[in-house]
Amino acid sequence: MNTTNSISNQKLKWRVFNDKLFSIVMMTLAFISAVPLLSILYQLIKKGYKQIRLNFFIEVAPDTMEAMMAKVNHEIIPGGIANGIVGTLVIVGMASLIAIPLGLITGIYLSETSKGKMANIVRFVVDMLQGIPSIVLGVIAYIWIVKPVTSGFSALAGSVALSIMMLPSIIRSTEETLKMIPPTLKEAALSLGVPYYKTVLKVLLPTGMSGISTGIILGISRIAGETAPLMLTALGSSAINLDITQPSSAIPLLVWEFYNDPNLIDLIWGASLILLLIIFLLNIVAKAISKKWKVQY
Amino acid sequence: MESTVLNKTDDRIIQIESPVLNIDKLSVSYGGDKYSIKDVSAGIQKNKITAIMGPSGCGKSTLLRAINRMHELYPETHHKGGITLGDEDIYKINPIELRRKIGMVFQRPNPFPTMSIYDNVIAAYKLNGIKLKRSEKDEIVERSLREVGLWDETKDALHKKGTFLSGGQQQRLCIARALAYTPEVILLDEPTSALDPIATAKIEDLLVKLKKNYTIILVTHNMGQAARISDHSMFMYLGELVEYGKTKKMFTTPKDERTEAYLTGKFG
Repeated sequence: MNTTNSISNQKLKWRVFNDKLFSIVMMTLAFISAVPLLSILYQLIKKGYKQIRLNFFIEVAPDTMEAMMAKVNHEIIPGGIANGIVGTLVIVGMASLIAIPLGLITGIYLSETSKGKMANIVRFVVDMLQGIPSIVLGVIAYIWIVKPVTSGFSALAGSVALSIMMLPSIIRSTEETLKMIPPTLKEAALSLGVPYYKTVLKVLLPTGMSGISTGIILGISRIAGETAPLMLTALGSSAINLDITQPSSAIPLLVWEFYNDPNLIDLIWGASLILLLIIFLLNIVAKAISKKWKVQY
Repeated sequence: MESTVLNKTDDRIIQIESPVLNIDKLSVSYGGDKYSIKDVSAGIQKNKITAIMGPSGCGKSTLLRAINRMHELYPETHHKGGITLGDEDIYKINPIELRRKIGMVFQRPNPFPTMSIYDNVIAAYKLNGIKLKRSEKDEIVERSLREVGLWDETKDALHKKGTFLSGGQQQRLCIARALAYTPEVILLDEPTSALDPIATAKIEDLLVKLKKNYTIILVTHNMGQAARISDHSMFMYLGELVEYGKTKKMFTTPKDERTEAYLTGKFG
C-alpha cells in the first residue's frame, strides 16, 4: 500500500461519518426553519376552516350585532370578507398599474447604465426606498393623495402607498435579470440594424421576461398583506367599493377590524387564511412562470 | 513618422483596385489618447475572404467592429480617419442603416433565445417592424437557410427554438440571420473559436461558398484557418497594420519580420 498518498481505513470511516453527520444536521435545521410556516398554516386551518364557505367569499363583513346574535345562538358567524377581497384586488391592481411601468423603465435604465452619477443616485434612492417603513409611506400618501386629490380616504391613496412599496423589488429584479442576459444578444440585435430602443423592448425584455415577471409577482405578494399604510389611506369600508376615490376595505384591514371587535374576533382566522392562500398562490404562480418562461441561452 | 507610413504602404500593404470597402488612416480609441488601432489603411476586395490575424489585444476585433460601427457601443470611443463603403462615408450614414448593409457574426453563437429558428432568420425584418407577406418570409427563410446549408437539417423544425440546435448549427443560423438582409459585406469575429473541429470545417466550407455573393472579412486567432480559406490576410500587431497581402504570399514569404515571427509561432 502506498503509505504517503492514501489514508488509513480508520480515517476514511471517520470522514464518511462526518459527512453523514453534517447532512443530518443540515436537514434537521432546514426542517426546523420550516416549522413556523407549517404551524401557522395548521393554526389558521384549525381555527378558520369553519368560516370558509361560499358565503365567506361573496358576502360582506357582518356588523357586530349580527355576529353577537350568532354567537349567542352558537351559530357560525354570518357574512364574509367579500368587501376585503374586492378591495385588495382593486387596491393592489391599481398599485401594480402604477408601479410596473415605472419600475420596468427604471430597471431598464439602471441595467443599461452601470456607471454614471445619475444612475448611482437612482440606485441609492431605490435602496433607501426599500428601507422606508410602510407606515411612513401611508403618511406620505395621506399628504399627497388623501388631502389634496381625493379629499378624503380613498383606495387610490392606498394604491399609491403600496405602489411605492412595490417599486424597489420591481426595479431590482428587472435590473438584475437584464444584467444576466449575455451582452452578445444585444450586439446581435444592434448588428442587424435594430435601433437601440427596439433592441431593449423586443429582445432584452422578452428574454428577461421570466425573471422580471417573477419579480413583479413577488412584489405584488409582498404588498398584498400590508396593513399599516392602508389604515391611513384606504381606511376601510363595510360595503364592496369599486370607486377608487372612495374609502375601501382590504383583507388585512378586515383582519385588523375583526381583531378589535370582541364579537368578530373569531373571523380573523378565516380572513388570515384567505390572505395567506392568495399570497401562496402568487408565489406558486411566480415559481411556475420562472420555470416555464426560462430562457436557455 | 509620415515617411515610414508611406514606406510601409509601398512595400508591405497590398493596394486593392476599386475596393468595396476602403479604410483610410483609421485610428480608434476607447477613451483618452490611447489608440487601440493606429493609422490603419487598407482596401477590401469585393467577393474575397479577407482574414485579420494577430495576437490578443492587437486591435483586430476593434478594426472589425469599426467597420459596422459596433465599437461605438462603448460611450467614450472616438476615431480619426475614415472608412468608405462604395462611395459612402460610413461615419456619415446612420449606424442603423449601415448595419443593414454590413452584417456581423460573433464569436459565440447568439441566436435570439426567445425566437424560433424561423423567426431568428427573419429577425432583422421582425425586430425592425418591416411587414412581409407570409410567402416572402418563407422565401427569405428558405433561401438564407439553404445558403448556410441548414435547410435540410431544420426544415421540419423551423418553429422550434433556435437554441435547441447544436453549437455549429446555431452559428450557421446566426450567419443565415446576417444574410437574410442581403448585406454587401459580412464581418465575422472569430466565428469558430467556440466550435468543435467538424463544425469549424463546415463553417469554413460555407464561407468559401458564400464569397461568390458576399464580401467576407474574418477575424481569426487561428492561422491555419486564415491559410485555408482567406484570399487576403492582414497581420496586426499592437494596433498597427503590419502587413496586408495575398494570403499565399504572406504565409510563404512574409515581408515584415514581425509577421514572420508570428506565422512561425515565435509569439502570439
